[in-house]
Amino acid sequence: MTGEPFGFAGRTFGSRLLVGTGKFSAHTVMRDAVVASGAEVVTVALRRVDLDRAGEGDVLDHVPPGLVLLPNTSGAVDADEAVRLARLARAGGLPTAVKLEVTPDPRTLAPDPVETLRAAERLVADGFTVLPYCSADPVLCRRLEEAGCATVMPLGSWIGSNRGLRTRDALEAIIEAAGVPVVVDAGIGVPSDASEAMEIGADAVLVNTAIAVARDPVRMARAFALAVEAGRLGYEAGQGAVRGATSSEASSPLTGFLG
Amino acid sequence: MASAPGAFASSGLLGRARAAAADHYAPTDVERAIGAERLDLRDVAALLSESAADATEALAQRARAVTLQRFGRAIRLFAPLYVSNACLSTCTYCGFSKDLEVARRTLTPAEVAGEARVLAARGFRSLLLVSGEHRREVSPEYLVECAARVATVVPQVAIETQTWDRATYARLAAAGVEGAVHYQETYDRERYAEVHRLGWKRDYDRRLTAVEEAGASGLRRIGIGVLLGLHEDWRADVLALAAHARWLQRTAWGVEVTVALPRMKPSAADDRPRAVLDDATYVRALCALRVALPDAGIVLSTRESPGLRDGLARICVTSMSAGSSTEPGGYSTPGAAQEQFSISDERTPAEVAAALDAMGYEPVWKDAFALSPSAEIF
Repeated sequence: MTGEPFGFAGRTFGSRLLVGTGKFSAHTVMRDAVVASGAEVVTVALRRVDLDRAGEGDVLDHVPPGLVLLPNTSGAVDADEAVRLARLARAGGLPTAVKLEVTPDPRTLAPDPVETLRAAERLVADGFTVLPYCSADPVLCRRLEEAGCATVMPLGSWIGSNRGLRTRDALEAIIEAAGVPVVVDAGIGVPSDASEAMEIGADAVLVNTAIAVARDPVRMARAFALAVEAGRLGYEAGQGAVRGATSSEASSPLTGFLG
Repeated sequence: MASAPGAFASSGLLGRARAAAADHYAPTDVERAIGAERLDLRDVAALLSESAADATEALAQRARAVTLQRFGRAIRLFAPLYVSNACLSTCTYCGFSKDLEVARRTLTPAEVAGEARVLAARGFRSLLLVSGEHRREVSPEYLVECAARVATVVPQVAIETQTWDRATYARLAAAGVEGAVHYQETYDRERYAEVHRLGWKRDYDRRLTAVEEAGASGLRRIGIGVLLGLHEDWRADVLALAAHARWLQRTAWGVEVTVALPRMKPSAADDRPRAVLDDATYVRALCALRVALPDAGIVLSTRESPGLRDGLARICVTSMSAGSSTEPGGYSTPGAAQEQFSISDERTPAEVAAALDAMGYEPVWKDAFALSPSAEIF
């Protein structure tokens, strides 16, 4: 969707970098990194949020003011849990735009496509704005879009793995077909991975581990901000054709006989 | 009559672990294992071998990298809540052993909730209900009631009690219990029989199989471990633990597996360890577990000293108890009952958290949402 601004739930954002808040050495480091990233949307795991400790150093106290808070259901293993968690969060006064995560496999944290779709349908019907973390599956992404999700968030590689866009072919197909913003989530390990995602036409990327566990998270956050911007500009500018590494003029033309 | 071997005991993995531990390894085996993306049992055995003694720093660096990527700079904190030291099992190493004449106490569910509130006020949001093995005093009904009450105080509740059947684990899960901890103590059958003399825990296969039952019950976290020093061949025990953890990860795929390697501590039982690991060897054993099991949480108790705990937090440990009392009622009314063992890290939870913070690690108090359907807050 060249030239279109990125947004959801009726809002548009200048930054196409979304960031997470886990794995940081301290909430203060997280806050500084979020600021340096220029992100306008920040996701927070509800399982880490402690409303009983609000104002006393809870993670929410350290999210810079003015940003859009996107609670996520990380830790939910099925649709029932994710829906219950989102509703409890809404009852606790948290936003109704929710990053849906249903990850029953504790090793890969791979999203469960069946339960994610079920949860999305129920949450949309219940008035939530749903941004589902999902497998890089073009059919699933279409189904999530049909269910009324505000975006799709396919994975680049396993969450936290920093392995880059191992699903690139699928991501390209998803981007090609999508009628909602595509946010590449999970696996983006270095700024150039973020650029790559933007260059192939992703609307935005979400980065957490790569920033949180960098030696200097604040500097890395800035690097990602620049990379996302560069990648987007590159996409909008329109890339020239790429010549194969070994391609050259054929030594004897095959169609010369046609005259 | 002893129970029949379960699926893990029948898998042949224990024999392979024992054989791998008995083999000899060259420094080149150690070097390759430290660099390997995926380690097999023999790679892990190499890391535990004498040949790896000089490679502890290199192994620690690798372990740290693995931990950082998977778990970040964060350490989860929890507290054990001892509900009872009543026990019908005779185990030579334990301060709660049936034949010991010690002050016994089983808290009422109301008292358990009171202890939970004291711990919540100290910051904890994750509690482990611990007991001896007494089926009448600590019955499934009692545990369900305790868990249901505690689940209204904190979002994360696990149990470390005697083993149960699948239906009981399912009842506990429905009451809001998230995980069960059952250490095999030693995977060596002969040594197991020597130290577990009488009672429910004497049945090696029942204990080992219970972990499989718990994994199929709807519980989502299983903690396993060995009591280091109980068996002379500690390498075989650590290797068996690694094999067991991997097997569980494969067969109970939706269950999070955590591992622990408590070292034997002096207790009222005062049984002498058969193997004594110095700190460097202990650290190496934990690092070997980390690289063997990149996705498994590693749990460390207050049995270890503050210096060692802080050091391990930066290498491979992901979850720690803090400010622990191992005596039932010990948080509200200390001194009324026998403790299970004496602790080494006597810092308060706030002091442990401050030490983690000073090292550049976030102390994580809450890392779960309430599973109890009646919870009004997540």
